[in-house]
Amino acid sequence: MHRFANPGRFLRLADRLQPWLVTATMIAFAAGLYYALFHSPADYQQGETVRIMYIHVPAAWMALFAYCTIALASACALIWRHPLADVAAEAASPLGAGFTLIALVSGSLWGKPMWGTFWVWDARLTSFLLLFFLYLGHIALGQAFDDRQRGRRAAAILALVGAINVPIIKFSVDWWNTLHQPASIMRMGGPAIDPSMLVPLLLMAVAFQLFFFAALIARMKAELLSARLRTAMFNRLRAGTAGSAG
Amino acid sequence: MTAALALLSRDLRLGLRQSIDVAIVVLFFLAAGILFPFAVGPAPGTLSQIAGGVVLVMAALAALLSLDRLYQPDYEDGSLDGLILAPLSLEVVALIKALAHWLSTGLPLIVVAPLLALMLNLPTEAYLPMLVALGLATPILSLLGGLGAALTLGSRRGGVLLTFIILPLYVPVLIFAVAAIDAARLGFDGQENFLLILAGLALASLALTPWATASALRQAVG
Repeated sequence: MHRFANPGRFLRLADRLQPWLVTATMIAFAAGLYYALFHSPADYQQGETVRIMYIHVPAAWMALFAYCTIALASACALIWRHPLADVAAEAASPLGAGFTLIALVSGSLWGKPMWGTFWVWDARLTSFLLLFFLYLGHIALGQAFDDRQRGRRAAAILALVGAINVPIIKFSVDWWNTLHQPASIMRMGGPAIDPSMLVPLLLMAVAFQLFFFAALIARMKAELLSARLRTAMFNRLRAGTAGSAG
Repeated sequence: MTAALALLSRDLRLGLRQSIDVAIVVLFFLAAGILFPFAVGPAPGTLSQIAGGVVLVMAALAALLSLDRLYQPDYEDGSLDGLILAPLSLEVVALIKALAHWLSTGLPLIVVAPLLALMLNLPTEAYLPMLVALGLATPILSLLGGLGAALTLGSRRGGVLLTFIILPLYVPVLIFAVAAIDAARLGFDGQENFLLILAGLALASLALTPWATASALRQAVG
């Protein structure tokens, strides 16, 4: 892991990986969307609206995965002072917030035909709303300082505190109210979903996952390059003033 | 121990000298709570239903809005550097600061909470669980708030940001505190269980937040 602590080495590796990741993401999305929209059956109860699931469920998985990524990267940043880990955490946060928003909006649109209302204070919706606020707080804290490094370190501590709190929030909200259907993929005794629906769902999950990594690397690259640009401009300005003074 | 007591008495004395700050927190708590009858109507049934929740939410807002005074003055005048150099671990400093905040805002809020509850028509049997719930929830607020204050130290718009990042973490506390009050109000069993969960949350934050706060303070000073 410390091999990639050098931003230059990371950038070279990212440049080599990026085209492959982008291509794989596009192929996975094309296949997943084709299967999800055309090549899978409509549900016998829910009709065509069941296709919302192929966006909603992978987005919800990724929302949680992105938070785990942030927590892990933050721990690396705080423990080993790994110089890229907090860049990764900062880059992952808006992505996670985006996935959470997609899950919330698609869930709300799915809820209208299914439950007859856009929003219910059901346990999972509520805990995702809170997760969304945790993401927004993390982004806001990271951007709140003139010194970017200070913002990243503060955000890293908040991410770890949030990671301890997410299960507590989940438990308390679950207890508070439950109306959502119980988990049907990850459960004992195999998935309770027909293979004809499971295949597009997993394809979409892979596509979302690949997109996350591709976007994460792109965002980290952009951040590192803009830091380089700032340093270069600063050096040029300093050289300019030194020259004029001398 | 002497150093810890000295720090506590210093913070309390500083708080007492500007006792108007404490008064404003208490007045904010009452005034904002009294808005609710105007918003939802004066029907006694409705009010007694929301009374517990309003008290808990207003206590949270009042406690969090007063947090900018916890580390900010020390940060600005350099006392915080002194505290970091002092023969007192920073974790203990964080604990003492949270204790001082609780004594100067949490405790006064608990004292006036029955007044707000009375005006919101809370049933008599729910007063004791409300006071116990507040007694457990306000220390959590002071501890979490201390963490938030340390994290946002030196940021732009610290106060609003602090409230925003701490409120999602307060939701479990709110849920179990109101559950205990509701159980008592409706005559269900199990209010002790909710209060025990709340006590667990309080102990967990007592054990964990000082570490996070101390590490945030170290970063703030650099």
